[in-house]
Amino acid sequence: MTPAAGRAPAVALRGITKRFPGVLANDAISLALHGGEVHALLGENGAGKSTLIGILAGMLQPDEGHIEIAGARVRINSPHHSLRLRIGTVFQHVLLVNSLTVIENLMLGGAWWRRHDRRAALGRFGEISQLLGVDIDPHVPAGRLSLGQQQQVEIIRALWHGGNVLVLDEPTSMLTPQGVEELGGVMRRLAEEGVAIVFVTHKLREAYAFGDRISVLRRGRLVGGIAPERLRAMGEEEATNEIIRLMFEDSDGADAKTLVREGHGRRARAEFDRSGPAAIGLENVVTAAAPGECALGGVSFSVRPGEVFGIAGVDGNGQKHLAELLAGQRPALSGTIEVGGQPAGPGGVAARRRLGVRYISDERLGEATVAGHSVATNLVLKEIGAPPYWRDGMTQWRRIFSHARHVIEEHDIRTPSEHTLLGRLSGGNIQKLLLAREISTDASVVIFNKPTHGLDLHNTRLARQRIVKSAESGIATIVISTELDELLELCHRIGVMFAGELRGIVDNQAGAEARIGRLMTGAKAA
Amino acid sequence: MGGLLTETFIASLLFGAVTVGIPLLLAGLGEQISEKAGVLNIGIEGMMLMGAYGGFVAAYYSESFWLGFLAGGVSGMAVAALMVLFCVLLGMNQIVIGIALTIGAEGLTALLHHFQFSRSYPRLSEVPTLDIAGLSDIPVIGPALFERHPLVYLAIVLVVAIAWLFRRSHIGLNLQAAGDHPAALDAAGIDVKLTRSLAVLATGLLAGIGGAFMADVGAGLFVPFMTHGAGFIAIVLAMLARGKPLWVLLGAALFGASLALTTALQVAGLNIPTDIVQMLPFAMVIVVLVLFARHSYLPPALGLPYHRGER
Repeated sequence: MTPAAGRAPAVALRGITKRFPGVLANDAISLALHGGEVHALLGENGAGKSTLIGILAGMLQPDEGHIEIAGARVRINSPHHSLRLRIGTVFQHVLLVNSLTVIENLMLGGAWWRRHDRRAALGRFGEISQLLGVDIDPHVPAGRLSLGQQQQVEIIRALWHGGNVLVLDEPTSMLTPQGVEELGGVMRRLAEEGVAIVFVTHKLREAYAFGDRISVLRRGRLVGGIAPERLRAMGEEEATNEIIRLMFEDSDGADAKTLVREGHGRRARAEFDRSGPAAIGLENVVTAAAPGECALGGVSFSVRPGEVFGIAGVDGNGQKHLAELLAGQRPALSGTIEVGGQPAGPGGVAARRRLGVRYISDERLGEATVAGHSVATNLVLKEIGAPPYWRDGMTQWRRIFSHARHVIEEHDIRTPSEHTLLGRLSGGNIQKLLLAREISTDASVVIFNKPTHGLDLHNTRLARQRIVKSAESGIATIVISTELDELLELCHRIGVMFAGELRGIVDNQAGAEARIGRLMTGAKAA
Repeated sequence: MGGLLTETFIASLLFGAVTVGIPLLLAGLGEQISEKAGVLNIGIEGMMLMGAYGGFVAAYYSESFWLGFLAGGVSGMAVAALMVLFCVLLGMNQIVIGIALTIGAEGLTALLHHFQFSRSYPRLSEVPTLDIAGLSDIPVIGPALFERHPLVYLAIVLVVAIAWLFRRSHIGLNLQAAGDHPAALDAAGIDVKLTRSLAVLATGLLAGIGGAFMADVGAGLFVPFMTHGAGFIAIVLAMLARGKPLWVLLGAALFGASLALTTALQVAGLNIPTDIVQMLPFAMVIVVLVLFARHSYLPPALGLPYHRGER
């Protein structure tokens, strides 16, 4: 039935089931991975992709079912064992030791007592780099490479012992559009060498562009797939429809379908007064360098009421400092910040809030909330000590709880009660709580940092609607995101961060994507 | 202040600096190994104390200093094995367990000492030395540095050996990865818990030998609580050395000298209240910390237990 039907698959998963307390992460999944094929594994967050990969990589053991390699039944006991079976895995989170050089990272894993053989390692490094068509200095500490390069190093490592199977877990989530293209090329070359590739993603477009075969997971089950010859015969439109049907049939179907489509296009954006005074303006702002962080080196831009201004860029190019600076958590070393035409002054978060600046952090659990406090307390977290929730130093619990009940109902936050500890809530509900807390009538500027990171499609849609609504109500809105699709959907203008500078500001019109992609790699604005 | 630069003063200062510095050096090197691997070993004070006790008992009954050091190392490792069990394998809090081990070792050694030696307070015989031909004849420096027990020279060789291991062997890479990003080491197919366990045991071995040296060579007897914070100074040394064994050696020399000042000043007959003199090494710790603590480097995963699959 497939070109590879004649021989046994490189790896076959047979009826894999994995349970976690309260969750059935994988439910009798059977998959075959063939050499020379890019197998795209699609599914939403929580569909069970990562669990399946953990099992292939030897990090987790299945509760039921087994794995066959070249027809022989095996049990993958540890990551080491998985490597010995020539399965190389590149995880979503970078697994390099930042303080070691690239070549030292690749030499990790040798026997304790042996002296390491740098020359042999460099030879092997050269071989694989050539195969992949990448160019990386092996003597640079891994922490200094860009995320795309770090991922290439991880692919090199996965192939170090002659990998037969290469598993890539959401490899495109941190890459620039060019980086994604490059990765596609690398996968193609490897498949031609006969490697079986598992390409995990939640983006339909990538699955279609790079996959030879597509399998779709939903809620821990394999709900279907498209075999290579059928996929080749299908156009993108047809394939996309088929996948959407598999992914969302009889669930929140309609909702998700709209979103998937919207994600590919551009929403009609409400106009705003482009000649009016800016709600917030930065002029040549510089922040102090900190070890391991990218500081700002002279950033200028302004945002008008009702405008959605996007900040694009690969993670780690100064977005964190910019967000903290705007929120008042980090002082500027030089340069000026004006809010509503007035210098914002050196005051911290409280002073900035009085000026109407609100910040929705990307660290939902951590910077933005206290997991061990109740939902109700978290809703008034930034007003501690202030009336009406505190009077003469006494906490007015009744007021806090009734306020919480009101907000929970109005914003449809799914929680057992207002007393529930925040840490028990899902990411989508925590985000709803934050949005409810920060966006109020007295806000004039709202900064969203990676507003949909880690959310499922339904909550992504709600968060984006909320952003659009807040801008329509006349709030100057800044969206910092690494998802270019998201910015293209929401923003009027998009600024691109690179190495702590705003490399250029692009009007969101036709052709914006290519220009932004170029700026993300550090090219100067043309 | 004319007495300060006399030969006797310098000789006793140097001699004392080596005697006090060697335990600091050994313990500091040990702590460095375990910190590199991501285990903050607060229990090192207890390991030294247990080493001092075990080292003394073995040397006293066997009349062999070498057996004393061996027993000291094994005693230190025994305490380290508890640390491995609780902190590395069971993932319990390293600070709590470290403090518990130190206090436990203090109590146990004091109790044992009370029953065995509190009436007799036995002393060991004179320390056997190995004179380095040519160098031991140099006046002042010779007797202080080159007429010592062979373990002194071995400890210095160990500095070079560990520096080489850190830079050139898989051990060094594995240790650093275990402390910086244990998940990366795990994914490379190396058992993180095993790596950390071995590192902690090595710490116990070195700290125990250091403690035994303190009892057998330094004092010639065992006194309860005799390590007197040396383990904590070793922790400071390891943190300031930023993973470089040579810096541990320099630090141990500096602290050894300031600790030895106590005796040297008394030998020189200076009339300074002993309470003030005894504060010197600790004042030195504070000064060094103020000057250099900004440059201290700690591995990102230090103090965090590792469990596969958690992030």
